[in-house]
Amino acid sequence: MAAELGFHFDQTLCNGCKACSVACKDKHDLPVGVTWRRVAEYSGGTWQRDGNTVVPNVFSYYTSIACNHCEDPICVRVCPTTAMSQGPDGVVTVDQDVCVGCRYCEWACPYSAPQFDAEAGHMTKCDLCADYRSEGKDPACVAACPSRALSYGPVEELRAEHGDLAGVEPLPDPAITRPRLVITPHRDAQPSGSGTGSVANPEEL
Amino acid sequence: MTAVGMTETPPTIGMPRRSFLKWSGAAGGGAALVGAGASFGIPGVGAANAAAASPITGADSVAWNSCWVNCQSRCPLRFHVKDGTIVRVETDDAGDDELGSQQIRACVRGRSMRQRIYNADRLKAPMKRVGPRGAGEFEEITWDEAFDTIAAELERIIAEHGNEAVYLNSGTGTNGGAIGSRSSVRRFLNCLGGYLLSYGTYSTGAIQIAAPYTYGTSPSTNTFDDAVNSQLVVLWGNNPLETRMGGEAFVIQKAKQMSSTKFIVVDPRYSDTASTVGDEWVALHPGTDAALVAGMAHVMITEDLVDQEFLDTYCVGYDEEHMPEGIPAGNSYKSYILGTGPDGVVKTPAWASQITGVTSAQIISVARQIAGAKPCAISQGWGAQRQMNGENSARAVFMLALLTGNVGIPGGGTGDRETTYNFKVAGFPELKNPVGTSISICMWTDAVERGPEMTKLRDGVRGKDKLDTGIKFLFNYAGNTIVNQHMDANRTSKLLQDESLLEFILVIDNQMTASAKFADILLPDVSNVEQRDLTAGGSTGDLGYVIYADKAIEPLFDSKPIYEILTELAKRLGVEEEFTEGKTQDEWIDELIEATRKDTPAIPPNEEFRAAGVYRQNNPAGHVIPLKAFRDDPVANPLKTPSGKIEIFSKQIWDIAHTWELPEGQRITALPEHIVGAEGVEEARTNEKYPLQCIGHHYKSRTHSTYGNVPWLQEAHPQMVWINPADARERGIENDDVVQVFNDRGRIELVARVTPRIMPGVLSVPQGAWYRPDKDGLDRGGSINTLTSWNTTPLAKATTAHTNLVQVEKA
Repeated sequence: MAAELGFHFDQTLCNGCKACSVACKDKHDLPVGVTWRRVAEYSGGTWQRDGNTVVPNVFSYYTSIACNHCEDPICVRVCPTTAMSQGPDGVVTVDQDVCVGCRYCEWACPYSAPQFDAEAGHMTKCDLCADYRSEGKDPACVAACPSRALSYGPVEELRAEHGDLAGVEPLPDPAITRPRLVITPHRDAQPSGSGTGSVANPEEL
Repeated sequence: MTAVGMTETPPTIGMPRRSFLKWSGAAGGGAALVGAGASFGIPGVGAANAAAASPITGADSVAWNSCWVNCQSRCPLRFHVKDGTIVRVETDDAGDDELGSQQIRACVRGRSMRQRIYNADRLKAPMKRVGPRGAGEFEEITWDEAFDTIAAELERIIAEHGNEAVYLNSGTGTNGGAIGSRSSVRRFLNCLGGYLLSYGTYSTGAIQIAAPYTYGTSPSTNTFDDAVNSQLVVLWGNNPLETRMGGEAFVIQKAKQMSSTKFIVVDPRYSDTASTVGDEWVALHPGTDAALVAGMAHVMITEDLVDQEFLDTYCVGYDEEHMPEGIPAGNSYKSYILGTGPDGVVKTPAWASQITGVTSAQIISVARQIAGAKPCAISQGWGAQRQMNGENSARAVFMLALLTGNVGIPGGGTGDRETTYNFKVAGFPELKNPVGTSISICMWTDAVERGPEMTKLRDGVRGKDKLDTGIKFLFNYAGNTIVNQHMDANRTSKLLQDESLLEFILVIDNQMTASAKFADILLPDVSNVEQRDLTAGGSTGDLGYVIYADKAIEPLFDSKPIYEILTELAKRLGVEEEFTEGKTQDEWIDELIEATRKDTPAIPPNEEFRAAGVYRQNNPAGHVIPLKAFRDDPVANPLKTPSGKIEIFSKQIWDIAHTWELPEGQRITALPEHIVGAEGVEEARTNEKYPLQCIGHHYKSRTHSTYGNVPWLQEAHPQMVWINPADARERGIENDDVVQVFNDRGRIELVARVTPRIMPGVLSVPQGAWYRPDKDGLDRGGSINTLTSWNTTPLAKATTAHTNLVQVEKA
């Protein structure tokens, strides 16, 4: 049986430049509005003022997120046409000939991974760059990151090396879909659901 | 289990299409429905072009080239071409993840190149202006008419006003080219008898002039790779993780990982450098750097933490025992700090805290850390010196390196910006400019408005006591510095309406920029992938490289390479032979490659180099350590200062301060003192109309204004103004609200990023957004330069682009 694949993201290295996101768009010819890999900025904290002086107690970090090719892929479960399916390597793909664009998967996925292409009339999503992988190359996002914050591989290996963490704000509780995602947390990473900060860039997601 | 969301009503088309509200903390509402397949006519983008999205192996060819704009990185790119169209852009595919052998990965900007090359704003044919300047009303003309008109105007203006009336405006859109760059324009104009020169840059105006008074040269400081040898790294307004996100960002991050060295970041913003490599953040009010340094110096001096032996051996002007001849007592730096100088003010941490906003406790702590870390690397970015007191801010930061004796040693540094290792790459010979006169680069509009009034002592004119003429012919190549990247866009725009002042504006570019709209004749240049060139000067710490910038596609539309354009003009002006020496661009490139190989024979010959794309070479010395020779033997290797030593007190500046005429309120000081100036934090505290300081950080989506019209980047990093929650709350502003920022110079409209990542009392409008005034003068493009002024620093006459007071309100 093929090893199930996932992503590793090192949050300590990400400066939110979005080379991953745009390299993905260039590779897959994605128009504005269809963004398979997105980067959320989560920021929070307070300032104390004392006369003319101020003291910051501020945090901020980024999370680059695409499809997590989940162990419990809710998009596959809710798809009424069987267009959404999961391969033996865990990679979730959408058959564009079968998809009718009902957008149930988009609504169900807590990571917003399936994306509707209005021009094409159906869903589109990350397939972990199947063509690149078949040529022995890394997925476009992984190969793009100037900071080397992204990697991919058999998720068991990623977890053995980097741990099991996937529940970092602003991502949802990993219990929902059991994402094949491993995060090395930023020093200020907040646990999912803690609500200590907010997504600074909702319009960019 | 039941998944979250399953009990909600399914969406219909038109509802917020994504589930971000499920993301914890997404306070700002759902994303707008924008998925309408906005492909902007880009070949290969959008579902209709899905056929072009074939696997990479389906491309006919792959050509190496670069992103060659002005972030100081020159990142390698590989252009995949199918049927004459670029279908994909990849970056370097050689190298690994280790320092010294790293893959040089382009940042988000380079990765979006396809949308810049095939942009809707690409200029397609020569045009002449038919409306008022700046209105963007043009009519297509033939190349012949364009060449004839330009040649006739150049000839007329040179005959009537002299070569000093011709000015080559700043522009950095093609910085990485040898032939497809400003070098060609300089050579062409020099063939015609030259042009009015400029000194300084919009980036480094103050520090570039100030540093040589201290060090004899602009020394820069140790490469970032050398941070592995430091006990502490201080990045003073230095923000590589946003400004140099390709090769340089990797170097600093890797060095940090390898060494676990503590990093302190000093910046009014909690920058992405602070949030990634930073361990401690010092948030200071813009323009108060010299005061913060003075407070730290007080700690070092009074706690006996200074390196007295270093100061005694290598420096002039630290204490009264080491002053130049003829200077009255009380003018040493130590006297200034201890309050025994002319101002009588003791520069205690408490004094500094009231100016800078930084607490005394943090000033004391950071001063002790810097003095205690042996060695300590201090480097400054260029934001601090783009202030009214820019020269002194820059020289003050040098003081931290000097007081602690960190200059010229591994793991230490000078306090200047970090350098990179480069080997010699041949450039296009620019020939000599017979006009020796120069003005500060950001005073060209002054020279248009009142050229003959500009003098050496009042306006910093060099090479002559005064200008004889105003600028009459503006040659603007690959630059957006007519309005966008020059200060006070509204004032400039108005000035240029008077055609009796600036008589002719030539713009050559490949995009319809805000500046291009001011052209009298507008010519379409090719992009770098439509010509063959050689890209030097990459920036990845101690790894140097040169890129074979190959021609990937034919020129789009009716565009021409700059070399061909200038050759045609040279022909009409009788200097073709001098300009071309009978060679084509390709022949020149062949020659430059061969000349470069003479110095570095390891570079493969032409065709092999073309296939390899990038030639890399490690710094044979390990790390670049500026002023090492001076540190090792100051007698044998003196600096180029009058004393041969580091001049903390500059007698040269002292003399200038006693002879130059300055605008009211400005001062030039021989020591790096804090000076209260116009639109500084002191004024902000009492100005009820404009109580907020406004700076303009460099944005991840643009290199200055280049890439400002790329849809993928506008989506990834939209223009916005940063505002602290406290300032936003007072004005009823919430995150993503549309707001207007304004002062007496202009008004811009953009969205607000309400974030604790900027200190209270300070706004930041990322510089480089394209100036787009509506009929009422409201700049809907959100360009910071609608708010900035023509004011210059006292000594360098450099831009003060970050010294602005403004107000903000909901639109």
